[in-house]
Amino acid sequence: MTDLKPGSVVFENIRKDFGTFTAIPDLSITIEPGTLVTLLGPSGCGKTTTLRMLAGLEHPSAGRILIGGRDVTMVPAHERDVSMVFQSYALFPHMNALDNVAYGLESSGYKKREARERAEEGLAQVGLAGMGHRLPAELSGGQQQRVAVARALVLNPQVLLLDEPLSNLDARLRRRVRTEIRELQQRLGFTAVYVTHDQDEALAVSDRIVVMKDGKIAQEGAPRELYEEPVSEFIADFMGEANVVSCEIVGREGDDALIDVGGLQHRLRARQATRGKAKLAVRPGSVVLNPEGAAGLGGEILTAAYLGDHVEYEIETPVGNFFVIDHSVERSFAPRTAVSLGFRNRGLALIEA
Amino acid sequence: MLSGNKRLNALLGLGIGAFLIVPWYRVEGGFFSFEWPSEFPFSSDLAPGLLQILAEGRVWLALALALFLIGGSARFMSDANRRGRLLVVTGTIGILFMALQGLAISFTGWAWTFPETVFGALPLGQPAMGAGAILTSLIFVLFIAFGLAERGFMKGDAFVVGSISILIFLVTVFIFYPIGSMFAGSVQDFDGSFKPDGFIRNMQDPAIWSLDCVVGGNRCGVAWRTLFLAVMTGLGSTILGLAFALVATRTRFPFKRGLRLLTVLPIITPPFVIGLALTLLFGRSGVVTEGLDTLFGIEPSRWLYGLTGIWIAQVLSFTPISFLVLIGVVEGVSPSMEEASQTLRADRWRTFWRVSLPLMKPGLANAFLIGFIESMADFGNPLVLGGSHGVLSTEIFFAVVGSQVDPSRAAVLAIILLSFTLSAFLAQRLWLSGKNFATVTGKGDSGAHAGLPKSLSVTVYGIVLPWMGFTIVVYGMILFGGFVKTWGLDNSLTLEHYARAFSVTFQDGALVWTGVAWNSFWTTMEIALISAPLTAAVGLLTAYIIVRQKFAGKNAFEFALMMSFAIPGTVIGISYIMAFNLPPIEMTGSALILVACFVFRNMPVGVRGGIAAMSQLDKSLDEASLTLRANSARTLRKVILPLLRPAITAALVYSFVRAITSISAVIFLVSAEYNMATSYIVGLVENGEYGIAIAYSSMLIFVMITVIAGFQLLVGERRLRRENRVSGMAQSSKIRIAQEKTA
Repeated sequence: MTDLKPGSVVFENIRKDFGTFTAIPDLSITIEPGTLVTLLGPSGCGKTTTLRMLAGLEHPSAGRILIGGRDVTMVPAHERDVSMVFQSYALFPHMNALDNVAYGLESSGYKKREARERAEEGLAQVGLAGMGHRLPAELSGGQQQRVAVARALVLNPQVLLLDEPLSNLDARLRRRVRTEIRELQQRLGFTAVYVTHDQDEALAVSDRIVVMKDGKIAQEGAPRELYEEPVSEFIADFMGEANVVSCEIVGREGDDALIDVGGLQHRLRARQATRGKAKLAVRPGSVVLNPEGAAGLGGEILTAAYLGDHVEYEIETPVGNFFVIDHSVERSFAPRTAVSLGFRNRGLALIEA
Repeated sequence: MLSGNKRLNALLGLGIGAFLIVPWYRVEGGFFSFEWPSEFPFSSDLAPGLLQILAEGRVWLALALALFLIGGSARFMSDANRRGRLLVVTGTIGILFMALQGLAISFTGWAWTFPETVFGALPLGQPAMGAGAILTSLIFVLFIAFGLAERGFMKGDAFVVGSISILIFLVTVFIFYPIGSMFAGSVQDFDGSFKPDGFIRNMQDPAIWSLDCVVGGNRCGVAWRTLFLAVMTGLGSTILGLAFALVATRTRFPFKRGLRLLTVLPIITPPFVIGLALTLLFGRSGVVTEGLDTLFGIEPSRWLYGLTGIWIAQVLSFTPISFLVLIGVVEGVSPSMEEASQTLRADRWRTFWRVSLPLMKPGLANAFLIGFIESMADFGNPLVLGGSHGVLSTEIFFAVVGSQVDPSRAAVLAIILLSFTLSAFLAQRLWLSGKNFATVTGKGDSGAHAGLPKSLSVTVYGIVLPWMGFTIVVYGMILFGGFVKTWGLDNSLTLEHYARAFSVTFQDGALVWTGVAWNSFWTTMEIALISAPLTAAVGLLTAYIIVRQKFAGKNAFEFALMMSFAIPGTVIGISYIMAFNLPPIEMTGSALILVACFVFRNMPVGVRGGIAAMSQLDKSLDEASLTLRANSARTLRKVILPLLRPAITAALVYSFVRAITSISAVIFLVSAEYNMATSYIVGLVENGEYGIAIAYSSMLIFVMITVIAGFQLLVGERRLRRENRVSGMAQSSKIRIAQEKTA
């Protein structure tokens, strides 16, 4: 796996119709070479369609796709310099692991000998040296997944596409494999486009995340940006949990805004917000609980669940219910206790009303 | 665009060949006998296209040349969109022109009157199309295909677009053109003028439509009887086929290999031979009939001659086909589905009834449809057993060769037959639409098939064992019959029949085939061996396109292909004779017409089998291959075909065997030079020479068994490494693997 040539990806005003249904109305994305970009979104948001158009398995109804600067909009899948890891792995059941990995090399015109040598290398790269003679049915799920990755990577594609590659693995394995994929990507430096509906996965592996909804980009940015500065309720809720409550912006001081939530005043970054009614997203860990009587927003504990290193509360307040994660487990509140809520300085964001 | 140039270069080279180095028109002695190069190119019959224009005065061909050159110039354009458009336009005009000039200009000049009034009389006509003309037509078709591919049609996949175009072209020429010619003939008088009287009279004939069997005591019309028979045969053969498939895959039945061989027996038998054997058993002077007469005094009757007899013969004949279809289906059900069901507290019976059987539904529907349509189209059994009350296919035959030739009656009967079979086809499509039964996925799947519930396995054995016994007796009759002097009169044993049919002598140190059967025997082998791989290839390619590719008009395409399945052999036979006897395409009396007939008649079975097998292969497998730099041709070869081995075997075996045993269409198409075994045997039967007929049939059966065994070895079994719990102990290595998986 030498001579890698990470490529950029550009989607220009892509539209995709399936019959009368428009899956993607107008999509433009730019992906820098050597980065791992995740397309994230609920099912049916168009992320897989986007990936398949990049692979050449679907052709857009309008617009242009560029890979490494070359217009590939009308280029068939097998002539594109990308390769893909499928959700089901799609290992050929009649070929052993080595033949599966060598398949793409032989299709690209390598001599059988060289293709096999490179395939051996590729298998070694994913930690499967010596397993080449096994049929897919004789490999565990994690091993199959790694064969699928090796099969895609040995081709030194400009872009590697991953379609929910972890969805068939169990949770423990999922965490390990996603770390492996990220390490491999950073070590070899290829461009990768990763499709998933799991935000933890997206946050863990990505350089950038594109969150999609109804075929449109809901928000795009670095993982931290998306988590800390969601622009909408959809993003705030999709990227980790958030309590979304109404508030009022009562004043502005430079970049900061002064808000009022049911009598509780707080200062935070204003972003584009102006005076008047607004919405506030509050992470469950950003709420401070004090005994009744302290200054803040008054509320009543509805439920409390002890989870070892933290306690989860559901709290009723005049502006709505809050879901709160409190790490001070030595001091817990029983249900039906009155409490006072305050906000920390992080984990709050003003979003589109 | 490099690959686009490469294929255009190939096409241009081919075009130059078509105009310069092969005869434009049909070669009298046959192109493939290669006697023509000696007089090529200056004999006027053998001249290539260019010389036909320059020296022989066939100036209209210059238009074809011009279109070819204009299309070819696209090679030197760089804008993909524009050159694509140019290719499509010249290709379309080109192919239309080729068809038009072929139809309009016959041996003596204009074939129609109106161009003569417009252009004036032609000084000379033209013979039928030959290598050059056919090649040129193909090139125009490929122009269209490559042009569309360059414009991004089918995701720019030239292989797929090319395949679709060629298939449409072939189906048009070999199915629609002949059928069209025949229907045109049905409303024409002998001189070619329009005269629908016969058509209208026959359409209202009570002999076809009467429902007397319901209300009165008489027989129903031939249409209703045929329909009833087909439904019964479809049901019978599907149930039996499923029982056989279950015994072969899900039980500990000790003679599975024998079972597979035995069930293959009836298809390798020319259908009328089963009828013949049944006559020897249950006919008026049959063994069983006479035995019952002497033992119990049961009067010999003619009960066999009619629908009952035909039904028994047809179920015997078609059960193995449905067995072949269903065995793939039963094996294709993912074992993990059944294991999942068993872990969901479902016992074996519930697992079979709620999981396995529903997953097999598309396969069962296929098997029923095949049985139904086979029965409708069957000609051999009704010919022998129908007596005076035939079915539609024999009625069609007698309307053409009987005492009163009535082509319009034949056409009417054919339309009725067609509407029945097409309705069955439509019903099946509607019932199965929107059901996806992909059970072989790219994720290696392992596990063991569930065994059958006890009650079911008893039932299945109860069906299979007696039927096997019956089959053995029928075949015993066929084998034995060849050694008996004269059945019923002189039951002494003799080798005389075999000697007359298959004797070989040495003369002057050389082998001389002196037996009467050798001539037709070798012809049959040759044609069957040529057409089997062609049929399988065309059929599976079509299946691939139908299952895996999406394009506008796909349904129409599939429907058009399947139509040929619904056209009975008798109709194909007549229409081929009517269409291919005169220019532009002249094939009667040649081996080519037999090969074409077999390929396009048997192809749908390959298509059906391919579709059933392919819809169980997960689509992500092909997509993975495509993203791994393999084009669709390579994907087909390396991924899909190896996974389709059972379907390929079935298609090869079936088309080979059908070419040998088919009679309905063949009986119209054979010639003195190319006589086929079946029509020769029917001739023997008509002359009352039962001994030789049966001896010849047994010989054919023996040969077909040998060839089938060869095919089976050659293609091999699908290697997916599944454990088969019912087959006994899993090998220890597999157990180890299973353990590692959990580690």
